[in-house]
Amino acid sequence: MTKLLIENISKSFGENQVLDQLSLRVEEAEFVSILGPSGSGKSTLFQLIGGLFAPDFGEIRLDGKRINGETGSISYTPQSPSLLPWRTVLGNILLGGEIVGEIDQALALKMIDKAGLKGYENAYPYELSGGMKQRVAFIRSLLSPQSLICLDEPFSALDEFTRLEMQNWLLSVWEEDKRAILLVTHNIEEALYLSDRVIVLSEKPTQVKKEFIVPFPRPRQASILLSEEFLSWKKKIYNELRVIM
Amino acid sequence: MKIWYKGWRPALVLILLFIVWEVSCRLFEIPKWLLPSPSQIWLEGAAGWSNYHHHLTSTIGLTILGFLIGASVGIAVAVGLHLIPKLREAIYPIIILSQNIPIIVLAPLLVIWFGFGILPKVIVITLVCFFPITVAALDGFRQTSSELMHYMKMAGATKKQIFWKLEWPYALPSIFSGLKISATYSVMGAVISEWLGAKEGIGVYMTLASSSFRTDRVFVAIFLIMILSLVFFALIVSMERMIVKWKPKGDGKRRD
Ligand SMILES: Nc1ncnc2c1ncn2[C@@H]1O[C@H](COP(=O)(O)OP(=O)(O)O)[C@@H](O)[C@H]1O
Ligand SMILES: [Mg+2]
Repeated sequence: MTKLLIENISKSFGENQVLDQLSLRVEEAEFVSILGPSGSGKSTLFQLIGGLFAPDFGEIRLDGKRINGETGSISYTPQSPSLLPWRTVLGNILLGGEIVGEIDQALALKMIDKAGLKGYENAYPYELSGGMKQRVAFIRSLLSPQSLICLDEPFSALDEFTRLEMQNWLLSVWEEDKRAILLVTHNIEEALYLSDRVIVLSEKPTQVKKEFIVPFPRPRQASILLSEEFLSWKKKIYNELRVIM
Repeated sequence: MKIWYKGWRPALVLILLFIVWEVSCRLFEIPKWLLPSPSQIWLEGAAGWSNYHHHLTSTIGLTILGFLIGASVGIAVAVGLHLIPKLREAIYPIIILSQNIPIIVLAPLLVIWFGFGILPKVIVITLVCFFPITVAALDGFRQTSSELMHYMKMAGATKKQIFWKLEWPYALPSIFSGLKISATYSVMGAVISEWLGAKEGIGVYMTLASSSFRTDRVFVAIFLIMILSLVFFALIVSMERMIVKWKPKGDGKRRD
C-alpha cells in the first residue's frame, strides 16, 4: 500500500523556482532516501509534506488523503535536533505525543534506555553531546504517533564513529517497528546502507532524476559496507550525482 | 557566592568614595545641614530607626503592590500585542510615546483625577514598571527560534500550544530582564508617588527632612531607597535562578 504519494508538486519562492513537477512515492514500511545537491530543495520538500506551506501546484497524499498545507501529519526530525532547551530529555521526547494528546511515559523511558541514554532522563539539552541530542530528537520522532517519519540530514553533524553507531541504532529500532521512513542525506554510503530505495534529485528546479532499488538483504550487516557489490553501487550513484554537480 | 566574589571591585570603589567624603567633610568643616559626613548619616540611620521604620514598611508595601500590578499589566500587554499583530502595529508606537511624558508632570493630573488615595500611586508605579517588561517580553516572543517554531508547527501544534510550550518559555529570560529593571524602577516610582501626598513613606520622610534642613535624614532616605532597590533586584535574580534552570551554569550561552 502506498503511504505517501507526491504528484507533480511545484514550489517557488518569488522568482526562485525550487521544485518543478516533482513526483515520488513511499510505500508502507519502506525506507526511502533522497540524495540531492545542497540547495536543491530537500528541506523545502519536507516542509511541504509537513504542511508548513502548500505547494503552488500538485498534490501531496498521505494514506490516500490530500494533506496540502495541513500540519501535524508527519513525524519530523529537522536538520538540527531542535530540542526545547527548558525541557529535560524525557520532556522533549514526550513533546511529539503531547501535542496530539498521547503521552506514553513508560514507552519513552524504555526507548531512552535502549538508546543508551539511561541516567540522562532529567538532563537538559545543554548537558548533552551532539550525538545524544540527535538521538533524543530521533526518539521524539519515533514516539510521535504519525505513521510517516521524515528525517532531514539527521547524521550530517556527527563524526564518523558516532554516525555509524547511530545508523545501526536507527536500523535496529526500525526493524522492530517498521514505519515508513523518508530520509534526506547527501551521503551516498548512508543512503545505500539504510534504505530500500534511493531517489536522486536533479539541480534546481528540482525533479526526480533517477531511482535505485537497493538489493542488500535485511537486517543489514555492517560488513556489506566493505563488499565489492556495495562499492559498485556507490560508483553507480556517484556517477549519477556527478553529472549534476 | 560568585556575586560577592565579583563584587569586591565596586565595593572597594565605594569604600574609597566614603573615605574621601568623610575626610573632606572633617577637613573643610562642612556644616552638617549642607553635607553630612557618612559617619553622621550612619549614626542618624542607626539612631532614627524608630522615626522612619513605619515609613519604610509603608514604602515596601506600596512598592510590592505597585510592582505586582505593573508587572502583570506589562506581561498582559505584551502577550496581547504579541498574539494580535494588528493590535501591536497600532498600539506599540503609542506605548513608546507614552514613555516620553515625564511622570512628574503626570503626577499632579493623577491627583486631580483620582484624589490622594492609593489608586494614583499605583498608577504611577505601574506606568514606570510596565514599559521595560512589555518591551522585553515582546522582544523575547519575537526572537523565538524559527527552527523550533517549524518543528512545533509541523508536529501539528495549535496556536495555543505554540504559545505555552514554545514562545512563553522562550521569552522567560527576556521577561526576567524586564522584571529586574522594573523592580528597581518600582522603588523610585513608589517614592515619587508618595510625594503626591501621602501620610507615610520614604517619600514623605524625605520631604519632611529636607524642609527642616535635616540633610542627614535626606541621605538616610537616599540610602534606604538604594538598599531597597538592590534587595528587590536580588529577589528577582534569585527567582530567575529558580525558574530558568536550563541555562548552563557560568555564562548564559548554550553549548552546541
Ligand atoms: N522560506 C523560504 N523563503 C525563501 N526561499 C527559501 C525558503 N526556504 C528555502 N528557500 C530557498 O529554496 C532553495 C532550497 O532550499 P532548501 O530546501 O533548504 O535546500 P536543501 O535542503 O536541499 O539544501 C534555496 O535556494 C533556498 O534559498
Ligand atoms: Mg536542507
